[in-house]
Amino acid sequence: MQLMKPKKIRHALTAATCGLLGVNSSDSLGEEGDWSFDSAVLYYSEVDRVTAVEPVISATRDFGEERALNLKFVFDTLSGASANGATPSDQPQTFTRPSGKGAYTAAAEETPLDDTFRDNRFALSSQWEQPINRDYKTGFGINFSTEYDYSSLSANANLSRDFNKRNTTLNTGLSLAYDTVNPEGNIPFGLSSMVIDNGQANYRSEFNATRGDSEENKDILDLIIGLTQVIDRKTIMQVSYSFSDVSGYLTDPFKIVSVVGDDGRPLEYRYEQRPDGRQKQSLYWQVKHQFETDILDLSYRYFWDDWGITSHTIDLRYRWILDGRHYLEPHIRYYDQSEADFYRRFLIQGESLPDHVSADYRLGNMQALTVGIRYGMALRNEQELSLRLEYYLQSNDNTESVVPGILNDVELYPDVEAIIVQLGFKF
Amino acid sequence: MSVSCIAAKYKDDESMSVKLFLVTVAVVLSLAGCANLGVEPWQRSVLAKPEMQLISDPLSAGLDDHIYFSKEASSGGRGFAGGGCGCN
Repeated sequence: MQLMKPKKIRHALTAATCGLLGVNSSDSLGEEGDWSFDSAVLYYSEVDRVTAVEPVISATRDFGEERALNLKFVFDTLSGASANGATPSDQPQTFTRPSGKGAYTAAAEETPLDDTFRDNRFALSSQWEQPINRDYKTGFGINFSTEYDYSSLSANANLSRDFNKRNTTLNTGLSLAYDTVNPEGNIPFGLSSMVIDNGQANYRSEFNATRGDSEENKDILDLIIGLTQVIDRKTIMQVSYSFSDVSGYLTDPFKIVSVVGDDGRPLEYRYEQRPDGRQKQSLYWQVKHQFETDILDLSYRYFWDDWGITSHTIDLRYRWILDGRHYLEPHIRYYDQSEADFYRRFLIQGESLPDHVSADYRLGNMQALTVGIRYGMALRNEQELSLRLEYYLQSNDNTESVVPGILNDVELYPDVEAIIVQLGFKF
Repeated sequence: MSVSCIAAKYKDDESMSVKLFLVTVAVVLSLAGCANLGVEPWQRSVLAKPEMQLISDPLSAGLDDHIYFSKEASSGGRGFAGGGCGCN
């Protein structure tokens, strides 16, 4: 079999990319070498839960004079099951599917997982960068993504200013996004009780009474301001502050909270209800330093929001250059998060229903560790092949002051374990 | 007179302009401080390498942001906090 030459592959992919975008490739094709491509396939798999396969391709055209256009396509296919928020029990449990058609069950002592979803997500983004004059640079971008019951549209702009012989750069960015969720079976009323089909004649009307509009939206405003500083010939550092204001429907329509009796057994399940606004802020610091040949990449993020969540993230990579063409890059990331004010693992019968409640483990007290390694190999014509293998472990802590009855004998906070494999090819 | 003394003289209803003033002072001071750091244009051979860019692999960074956005309550920092997925 004769392999296509790199030039031909590049032309073919350029034509394919432009075809997908509806752009005339003969107009946008410049001189040979103007386009560069970066591609990857990500495989993410949790033990007994979600599996995702995500191919990505990014094409960048350099128009000279620091002007560049980048186009990126992501296709994401998801399958598996996700924790619905309910507590395990010593008896099997039955839950109504989000559509109201049919049910799924959780075996005794097992974490209830909703296996309903199976989704494909397609995302397209474009970004244009150009200088305004010697010191100022600007950029604009548009992003769109769609999946079965969710879509998102966003636009962003950024402006940067160089100082001190381009050793210092001040960067500001603004992004606006509009997301829509339209789940099958419509949006459940927050805090309403899940109707289970036990053969009752009026099941459908009972179910419909817990459902509201067919879709909900949220608006997202993101602002970021950052300072990048060259320290010396081999060291660069960045600090940034970001602010995000999200308003609208922030509840997860598929998540529920168990209401348990004094014995810990579930009496009913309530749909979760989150506040309709959230303000997130973060401070980020990153330094990159080259030793003799190896490169250290260290970052830290402090995050806080008005839901009461704070988190610390430390990320360390060390690129160990084996020779001119090969490298190994060990990676470790540690994440620590405090819970949202309204996070509850369960509610106990008799207590007054709070205004907001969620048992989504992602809003609980959590630590997560990622360890992995990446191998990279430089090929001819500035091509690069890379493979990354990572292991992700997430653990949650109990913060409930009272844990009744059987809940002491089941696993309320199971670990989430995942494997991440990514194959990358730059050409 | 220190910056904090100056700030203390402002009334409550002027607190926003005080904050703005303090941020401006901090930015100007840090930019002035940064003037002593850095390199000459001909000393950038290492910093110009692709692997020395702050985000040297944007594709992996994007995939990672998507994973952690889906699995944890925090987002943003090196880029926009964003959204864009239903994320089970």
